[in-house]
Amino acid sequence: MPILGSDMTAGTLLAWRKQPGDTVRRGDVIAEVETDKADIEVESFQSGVLEQILVQPGEKVPVGTPLAILREEGAPAGAPSAPAAPPSKTTPAPSPAPTAVAPPAPAPAVGPPAASPPRAAGPARVTPVARKLAADLGVDLATVVGSGPGGRIQERDIRDAAAARVTPPPTPPPAVAVPADRQARMRQAIAAAMARSSREIPHFHLASTIDLSRALAWLADENARRGVADRLLYGVLLLKAVARAVRAVPELNGVWGDGAVVPNPDVHVGVAISLRGGGLVAPALHQTDTLSLDELMRQFRDLVQRARAGSLRSSELADPTITVTSLGDQGVEQVLGLIYPPQVALVGFGKVVERPWVVEGQVVPRSVIVASLAADHRVVDGHRGSVFLTTLDRLLQEPGAL
Amino acid sequence: MTTDEIRANVLRLLCTIAPEVNPATIQPDVSFRDQLDIDSMDFLNFLVAVDHELHVDIPEGDYAQLSTLNDCVAYIARHLAARSA
Repeated sequence: MPILGSDMTAGTLLAWRKQPGDTVRRGDVIAEVETDKADIEVESFQSGVLEQILVQPGEKVPVGTPLAILREEGAPAGAPSAPAAPPSKTTPAPSPAPTAVAPPAPAPAVGPPAASPPRAAGPARVTPVARKLAADLGVDLATVVGSGPGGRIQERDIRDAAAARVTPPPTPPPAVAVPADRQARMRQAIAAAMARSSREIPHFHLASTIDLSRALAWLADENARRGVADRLLYGVLLLKAVARAVRAVPELNGVWGDGAVVPNPDVHVGVAISLRGGGLVAPALHQTDTLSLDELMRQFRDLVQRARAGSLRSSELADPTITVTSLGDQGVEQVLGLIYPPQVALVGFGKVVERPWVVEGQVVPRSVIVASLAADHRVVDGHRGSVFLTTLDRLLQEPGAL
Repeated sequence: MTTDEIRANVLRLLCTIAPEVNPATIQPDVSFRDQLDIDSMDFLNFLVAVDHELHVDIPEGDYAQLSTLNDCVAYIARHLAARSA
C-alpha cells in the first residue's frame, strides 16, 4: 500500500485493474485505492508480470503492506524476486516514492480477503475509473446503479448508462461533489497533516510584491491569437516561474527526512486544488520546469478536472517536491500558508490588484501580485528564501522566456 | 435562439462546471464570482463550453462583460444576432 501523502496511514483496495498473469509496465495503473482524501489510481513503479494478488478488494491495510507479487520480466513463473519487508506499523518514511507493487512476501502480509466490502451509507461509491468515465461521457452518477461489490459503480455500469442514454453528452466534463463522509475524513486528514506541520516545522514567511504588468500584457497578446480552448491562464506563468526559480534554491525543492533535507533533482510542483463541497488536494505536475507553457496549461487543466472528478494517480499525490497555492480568485491579497510535510516549502499567491507603482521616478498604475514563501527554517534561512523570491520576480519580468 | 433559450443554456453549462450550483438561486445581476464557488479554471471551462455548444468564441478582452448571468445572456444574444444578421 503506497503512501500517498504524509497524512495517510492506511488505504482500502477498491479494485484490481490487472490480474495474475498480466504484463505490467512501469507507470501502468494496476489498482484503485481509497484513501481518506480521494480514490486513487495506483501505478506500478516496476515492470514485470503480476504473479499473485495479496490484498483483495474491500480490504483496508496499513501503508507499506504488500499488495501483490510482481515477477520480474524473464524470470520463470513462481520465482519472483526478493522477499518483501513486513507491513509497516509506523509512520512510513516520506521519501523516496513508494513502489505500488511490493516484492513478494514469504506469506501473505494481510489476513484472508473480506467477502465483500460493506456499502457505506450515503452517496453511491464509485471507482475512480468509473467516475472519470462518467465525467467524460456526461453520465449523472445519481442515475447509475452499481454492479460492483457493495453496489459500487464500475466502469461497465457507466458505459451501459451512456449507451442507454438518448441525449448527447454535455461538455466540458462535469465536476463531482465530494460525498459528505469523504469530506469528513478529508478534513481529518488535512487536520492531521497541518497539525504536524505546525508542530514540527519551524516556519518562516517572506513576501514580495511583484509587478505582473509585463507578464499580463504578454499573456493578453498571446491569448488574443488563440481560440478560447487554447488560452493560457496567468496561473500557468506563476507555476512555471516557481518551478524555474526553485532551481536557484534547490534546497527548497525536496523533503525533510532523517534530520536533513533531501533535495529532489526533479521539480514536481504540487498544486493546491480546492474540491467541490470542501477540502483540497495538492497533486504534482511532474517535471514542471521542463514543460512548455502550452503543455503545462494542458496538464494543469487535466489535473484540476481529474482532481475534482476523483481520478488522480498515486504518483501525483506521492511526488510533489514543493507546493503552490493561489487564493487570488477568492480575493485574498496575501497567503501565509503552512508547509505540507515532508516538503520544506510552500509558495502562495494572492490576487492581482492595481496599485500605484513608481517607475523611473513616475507614479504609474501597475498590476501587482503578492508572492509569499513559507519555508522550513531547519533547511534554509531568510537569505536563501529571499533569493528564491527575487528570482521569481525576475523570471516573471521575462514571460516570453518562461 | 431566444433569450430564454440562451439563459437556459448558460445555466445548464454553469451547472456542468459547478454541479453544486442551484440554478434557481442564481441572482441574475450579481457577479458569478460573488455568488458561486468558481475559479479562473472554472470560468475558462465555462467559456470553452459556450464556444463549443453555442458557437460564440469570447475574446479574453471581453471577459469583464460576462460577470453576471444577465450580462452573459445579453452578450451571447448580441453576438448570435450579429452573426445571423
